Amino acid sequence: MNKSLIVSALALTLLSGTALAETADKRIALSNNYAGNSWRQAMLQSWDTVTKPAVEAGIVAAADAFTTAENQATEQAAQIQNLILQGYDAIVLNAASPTALNGAVKEACDAGIIVVSFDGIVTEPCAWRIAVDFKGMGKSEIEYLKDALPDGGKLLEIRGLAGVFVDDEISAGIHEGVAENPQFEIVGSVHGDWAQDVAQKAVAGILPSLPQDIVGVVTQGGDGYGAAQAFAAAGRPTPIIIMGNREDELAWWKEQKDASGYETMSVSIAPGVSTLAFWVAQQILDGKDVPKDLIVPFLRIDQDTLEANLETTPSGGVANVEYSQEDAIKVIEGE
Amino acid sequence: MTWLTAERWRLLVPAVSLTVLLIAVFWLQPRTMSYTGLNLLFNLAVPIALATIAQMLIMMVNGLDLSMGTFVSFVACVTATFLQTDPLVGALILFGCIAIYGALGVVIYLRNLPAIVVTLGMSFVWGGLAVLLLPTPGGAAPEWIRWVMTSKPPFVPMAIVASVIIAAAAHWLVMRSSFGVVLRGVGGNERTVERAGWSVLRARATAYAMAGFFAVLSGMSLVGLTTSADANIALRYTLLSIAGVILGGGEFVGGRVSPIGAVIGALTLTLAASFLSFLRISPDWQIGAQGAILIIVLALRLVLTRREARVAH
Repeated sequence: MNKSLIVSALALTLLSGTALAETADKRIALSNNYAGNSWRQAMLQSWDTVTKPAVEAGIVAAADAFTTAENQATEQAAQIQNLILQGYDAIVLNAASPTALNGAVKEACDAGIIVVSFDGIVTEPCAWRIAVDFKGMGKSEIEYLKDALPDGGKLLEIRGLAGVFVDDEISAGIHEGVAENPQFEIVGSVHGDWAQDVAQKAVAGILPSLPQDIVGVVTQGGDGYGAAQAFAAAGRPTPIIIMGNREDELAWWKEQKDASGYETMSVSIAPGVSTLAFWVAQQILDGKDVPKDLIVPFLRIDQDTLEANLETTPSGGVANVEYSQEDAIKVIEGE
Repeated sequence: MTWLTAERWRLLVPAVSLTVLLIAVFWLQPRTMSYTGLNLLFNLAVPIALATIAQMLIMMVNGLDLSMGTFVSFVACVTATFLQTDPLVGALILFGCIAIYGALGVVIYLRNLPAIVVTLGMSFVWGGLAVLLLPTPGGAAPEWIRWVMTSKPPFVPMAIVASVIIAAAAHWLVMRSSFGVVLRGVGGNERTVERAGWSVLRARATAYAMAGFFAVLSGMSLVGLTTSADANIALRYTLLSIAGVILGGGEFVGGRVSPIGAVIGALTLTLAASFLSFLRISPDWQIGAQGAILIIVLALRLVLTRREARVAH
């Protein structure tokens, strides 16, 4: 959220007092396998903005971020073993591989270290997992369209990168939603690879073969702006294109909204999920009973929250949300 | 200075650099100075050491294996799938792999092909097979491999014991056995070996098959540590193994290799990464810093090889 929320969360922990006493001498490390795109950069930045005040307030003793020099599982396994040697009490982990780090994670657990994986999760049973409900995300797009277009109609689906499990999951959610709402029909499907230029080319390629009355475009993020450009270039009316929280998408949406009252919604995973993992680790260190599998909520932007989100999203970046200790407790309690 | 033979000079730099790094790591992070500490520091070096020995065997006969990383990844996938569910089929596949490596040696010799091109081509074959076998990461390590890799021998951690065994076995094979002399001779002066009545074809095939054998061991031990595989798990091993051989005193041509040095080289590379991580150097600089360590060690070696030449004369 924003600074005031973080501050209020800190105030709350200071008032409650117990959390402070239990984890004040604990050190948490972030093990990250990749920092080469805007999403990961935002993830690391969020980690910094949230953990620094937490360290200063004495909630934890340290919260250091480590990124491997190369995106390789063997490299990250060695990094985790080094973190064990450095005596951290908890390791928050965005893993290069769901399985290839299990040996190192097991070593950490055996050394009494709490391991919390998020985004790139690990399958080792002794670790906690903060997974993203990609299927639910896909389904939520159809649920939005159901309300926006009560009569239903023909949809175009833009998928992500073929062969990646995230693509399969989001698409499965979309198709599940369509199966439950037979007034909708997916008449075409292209791969946009989560990139605006690829999506634009793919959509431009399939448009001539599609009927004129496309009412909606379901997407996976990073492809909405490209789809809009393709529709405009073909001289077609712009359908409801679901956006993916990228800055260029939100800016385009704002432009259309101001010009013609265009309505849609935008949904994706906030890079700030790293901060949720941080608080979950802190809660586990505090002795809280936390279930091993948690689901992270996705970040949704609607017509009325567009301006506020666009303002806080850096140019070329992704809309973000940082979690507070309260948010983490809510997720843990399944609210 | 009679005990300082050329072979020992060759070992001096790697041994000294490893010791210096080790002392630095102990000083930075005293926790590493324990049984578990040493094991955590070095256990991931065991598969790298095995891959380095494999690379060394190929370099010994003037080749270079660019498929090492993908091959070890493929072996890891086989180990985590077939060898676990169907030990017999798994073992057959792995023996087949060693046979293919031997055949590669034959093809490279008979057709007079550059090894670098053949192995580059093979890297796509191994990579493709690994993805076919495990399209998504998974599989499980066979119990017995897991047991070996996580065993806790008394006094000395498994990682050190394994490194010593690997170094001793490879040293005996290459430096002490009579066939090892022939193998090194093939790299040094192929024609002389041929004139002396040895089959160069057989020697090359054996060198490649032995490399395949050590690479198979590398993949198996890696899965023993990670508990499961991933088609891209060991891609780094191609360059790490080459760097390990060179760091350990080996040379690209001429059959000049040092098995003990190669193992030390692999340990040094692993330790250098930990050292930089303990120093809290930002990841943006880590690759550069790793390169700097390599250059320093190699520069040291250059200075000392000049002395080595003087000692030899």
